[in-house]
Amino acid sequence: MPTTRPYAAVPLERAAAQIRRDVIAQTAVAASGHPGGALGAAEILATLYFRELRHDPAAPDWPDRDRFILSNGHLCAGLYSALARTGYFPPAELLTFRKLGSRLQGHPSRLDLPGVEASGGPLGQGLSVANGIALGLRVRGVPARVYCLVGDGELQEGQIWEAAMTAAHYRLDHVCMIVNDNGLQIDGATSLVKRVDPIARRFQAFGWRVQEIDGHDLGAIAGAFQRFRKTRGRPTAIVAKTVMGRGVFLMEGDAKWHGTAPSHEQAERALQELPLGFAADLWTGVPA
Amino acid sequence: MNVEPTARARKAIRDAFGEALVEVAEADERIVALTADLAESVRVHHFAARFPDRFFQMGVAEQDMIGTAAGLALVGFVPFATTFAVFATSRANEQVRLAVAYNRANVKIAVSHGGLSAGEDGATHQALEDISAMRVLPGMTVVAPADACEAMKATRAAAAHLGPVYLRLGRTATPIVTSPDTPFELGKGYVMRWGDDLTVAATGTMVPVALDAADLLSRSGITARVVNLHTIKPLDLALVASAARETGGIVTVEEHSILGGLGSAVCEAVAGLRPVPVERVGVQDTFGESGTPDALWQKYGLTPAAIAEAARRVLARKEARA
Repeated sequence: MPTTRPYAAVPLERAAAQIRRDVIAQTAVAASGHPGGALGAAEILATLYFRELRHDPAAPDWPDRDRFILSNGHLCAGLYSALARTGYFPPAELLTFRKLGSRLQGHPSRLDLPGVEASGGPLGQGLSVANGIALGLRVRGVPARVYCLVGDGELQEGQIWEAAMTAAHYRLDHVCMIVNDNGLQIDGATSLVKRVDPIARRFQAFGWRVQEIDGHDLGAIAGAFQRFRKTRGRPTAIVAKTVMGRGVFLMEGDAKWHGTAPSHEQAERALQELPLGFAADLWTGVPA
Repeated sequence: MNVEPTARARKAIRDAFGEALVEVAEADERIVALTADLAESVRVHHFAARFPDRFFQMGVAEQDMIGTAAGLALVGFVPFATTFAVFATSRANEQVRLAVAYNRANVKIAVSHGGLSAGEDGATHQALEDISAMRVLPGMTVVAPADACEAMKATRAAAAHLGPVYLRLGRTATPIVTSPDTPFELGKGYVMRWGDDLTVAATGTMVPVALDAADLLSRSGITARVVNLHTIKPLDLALVASAARETGGIVTVEEHSILGGLGSAVCEAVAGLRPVPVERVGVQDTFGESGTPDALWQKYGLTPAAIAEAARRVLARKEARA
């Protein structure tokens, strides 16, 4: 555990706002990417990287660190912001997102960017990798925890349920899956595309401890992680209700913004709406 | 026309793998094993009994098994993920691609029932496309040991290698044609029998059959060089080039589709290095069916006679070029 953690003093509201501002800037400059889900998960990512995870941005390979696996890899603009703003790499690099030669690939690439624990994007795969890490940590006797973010639409992938069985069977109580439950997927409302509800009862039936929270309520997120840390004998699922595009009026609750980047003008308007972050904005100096 | 098989000791390649895995795990505590409800079939039950804390039963869930193995590799373990060839490479293909290959996770995908060796289980359980599917993944090493003896060495080499390995193992007892003293190195094939008229390049369970074919050809005064290409990727380009240069024609032999496997790899190599006639012996572009492995080898042309015929086609093409 590093002795100095400057990011731990950042108010989480400001950290979440910074992630949102960075998501808008990255996707607008890239003219591609997935802003909606990342905007909705800003509080979750901020809480993880600025408070919950025991990690060391100066030593990304520290063996005893907690791990975070972004199974829904398309939210990576949010992950990249959290990594940059806690010190893994210079924030200016965020504006290389999705460009040729960048370490910030369109979906996270472990071999390219320090801090990315596992490459991902093809949905349904991250929880299995998280379980494997958790099993390995247990064999090693390392008391670290493994967090995995999945989308609610992603629960349509069968492998998620294979992995849900594995985590319960092996009593991986150091695994915490967070479901970014925004009720939307590419083709529309999850309830219409293919119903995944009731998410909580389904995971309970699979042997998980389930908590349902408002995924924008920082107090609720912190409380859920606290209860996770005290849970013994079974894995934890935090079903976090979120709003796709949260904080940007144009995007809120609209599946179109799953995978559409804002124009320069839309980005300017979004940045006017969003609260200020805690650091210098990337947008300053981006030409129209 | 068939040759009398030489009297050779026989042992299943998967049996040797099971023993070798315990041996390497005794010396290296990073080695763990997983299976998808096929512990005994892939012979990891020995490992499970010896190292219960390092063995993970994943149930009938190959995709989850591959992802979990990748996770174990990411914290420094050397996982051997075991199932049948067809399930690891077809059902779990995307997991192998993303979680193993793209992550460059140090996972060893060790599979039994390669080729037609699933026999009576039929086409659903036979793997004729697996080498092709694994060979195109960047960074993947693809190995098919010739016999039980080579399987021991291949298992040790796979464990020592840093990076993903696909280790293809046969199910049935097949002849032992290599010796414990033969050096083994991933990516390095070797000549098992010298000859100048043409080369028979074989991999896996077809190596003993290729040696029988060379015997058969020698009765007609044809000397065939038999090359063991246990590693299909990375292919031993120097060995293939010297075979092409010195013998002028190649027959490839594999218990696999003629599309995408060793035959394709050798064609790709000689096209760039030294174009010579190549004939590919393997299963034509078709699924298998139920039958004993021996009967299937006969029906699908994986025999010394079929190799000898292909050799004569190569010789005819060589002559036509001269």
